[in-house]
Amino acid sequence: MIRILLFLVFVLALAVPFFNRAEPTLFGFPFFYWYQIAIVPAGSLLIYLVYRAEDRGEAE
Amino acid sequence: MQYPAASIVFFVLVVAVLVLGFAASRWQSGGGDLGHIEEWGLGGRRFGTWVSWFLIGGDAYTAYTFIAIPALMFGAGAVGFFAMPYTVLIYPILYVVFPRLWRVAKAKGYITGPEFVRGRYGNRWLALAIGGTGILATMPYIALQLIGMQTVIGALGLPGHVPLIAAFAVLAAFTWTAGLRAPAMISIVKDLLIYLTVIAAIIVIPRELGGFGAIFAKVPAQKLLLAAPPPGSAGAYSGYATLALGSAMALFLYPHTMTGILSAAGPRVIKRNAVLLPAYSLLLGLLALMGFMALAAGVRTMPQFAAGFAEYGASYAVPALLLNAFPGWFVGVAFGAIAIGALVPAAIMAIASANIFTRDIWTQFIHSPSHKGETLVAKLFAIVMVVGAVAFILAIPSAYAVQLQLLGGMWIIQTFPAVILSVFTRAFNGWALLAGWAVGIASATWLAAENHFTGSIWAFHVLGYTLPSYIALATVLLNAAVAAVLSPVFHAIADDRGQDETTEADYA
Repeated sequence: MIRILLFLVFVLALAVPFFNRAEPTLFGFPFFYWYQIAIVPAGSLLIYLVYRAEDRGEAE
Repeated sequence: MQYPAASIVFFVLVVAVLVLGFAASRWQSGGGDLGHIEEWGLGGRRFGTWVSWFLIGGDAYTAYTFIAIPALMFGAGAVGFFAMPYTVLIYPILYVVFPRLWRVAKAKGYITGPEFVRGRYGNRWLALAIGGTGILATMPYIALQLIGMQTVIGALGLPGHVPLIAAFAVLAAFTWTAGLRAPAMISIVKDLLIYLTVIAAIIVIPRELGGFGAIFAKVPAQKLLLAAPPPGSAGAYSGYATLALGSAMALFLYPHTMTGILSAAGPRVIKRNAVLLPAYSLLLGLLALMGFMALAAGVRTMPQFAAGFAEYGASYAVPALLLNAFPGWFVGVAFGAIAIGALVPAAIMAIASANIFTRDIWTQFIHSPSHKGETLVAKLFAIVMVVGAVAFILAIPSAYAVQLQLLGGMWIIQTFPAVILSVFTRAFNGWALLAGWAVGIASATWLAAENHFTGSIWAFHVLGYTLPSYIALATVLLNAAVAAVLSPVFHAIADDRGQDETTEADYA
């Protein structure tokens, strides 16, 4: 069930109408740009949470 | 020589890396026999987390990407940023699908995707279709790597094709001797150089241009955001989302990325890389923004770059920006990184295509040789791929390579049902998958032709609503639907569910 977090990555990345806007800006970046840069580490973190929950410490 | 310092540093780097390629043949070999195709073509499935990180990163994020994405931002604006959702979405897919595929490949000795499909369905014709699609989609992709390299060689003001041919002759030579270990070792150097270049650029150039706020302020409004959809249409929104999703579904179906993943030492290496590889997506995002920096710096109107833009178009934006912002020696480092960034994926593409040719075409339809003979066939075919790509770009205008690569993406995604869905289910019939594949390839090619092979989006009309979609995504859905509908019919006529050499235990 923890894999629902992977589905969340798709929601974050494909919510185009939500992130196609200029405001609010961050460090001079319009929202469209900083949001889509921010989902990269966010996606990585979500996958890490799934990995940590599922990893049984077997061999490589 | 127009840029002596840059050219010298560039050459030293590229030559050093080519020498490194030859040194790689015994690296990480663990005493394995290089005469065996699993050693030559898959590095013996021994690469740990970090080597795989460099290898897959260097493989998936190619020199062409590093030139083309900023060029798209420079020329078309916001739509070029689809590279972000695209390279975010590849990782949940990697995490869910490929540990299972790796396990079954290891258990059964598969070194290619089509081999898995053949084992799963006992159908060598389906595997031929999948393998042939992979090789065809890869050819223009290799050619584009050469074009990426040609752009930086040209930007240094060096004439002719001689440096390019020399580099790829050496590439062919070390691919022959070292196999996949050569690009694995080189990718470490290449990636460190790319990171160095991008981090320097992202610190230095915005300071010269007055900060990111000033850069974005200079981008014309129609390039800054996607156009809001007109009433009754999903407009640019669905185009953008489907482009990202379809590209993500296609990426790991390419032979070279599949090879990169299967060469990992195990499922945990793949899962850890699903967490760690997004670092390259950040890098790509920063690189994409260099397209806007080039807009803000106004390199297009600078007289010294007029000839470059006339020859290479928007692809010249990043080289021009670097030439404008950095001292010669650092331009040499940056261009060296891009050129080496072409060699790594080109080598893996040649090796991966050779693995497919050997395992899915030669030994299945022509002649079944010994282990040694198998490796020899693969090595020869890898040379054919490299020479073919060089001949291709020397003979044909580069616009065709771009168009063929666009088409290649729409073709390779048609292998998604047979390769990816089969990792989870055996409900399909092999012949139904082949029929779905044929429908997908035909419909994608037809729609792309209607777009004159220049646009990858098609505006579908559904119940009076306009829904623009990436052609690849729409046609692979049709492909899967055809396979799903035909499977029970074909099972009733010729049930092939008994012909599965894999068992559930092979995947878990």
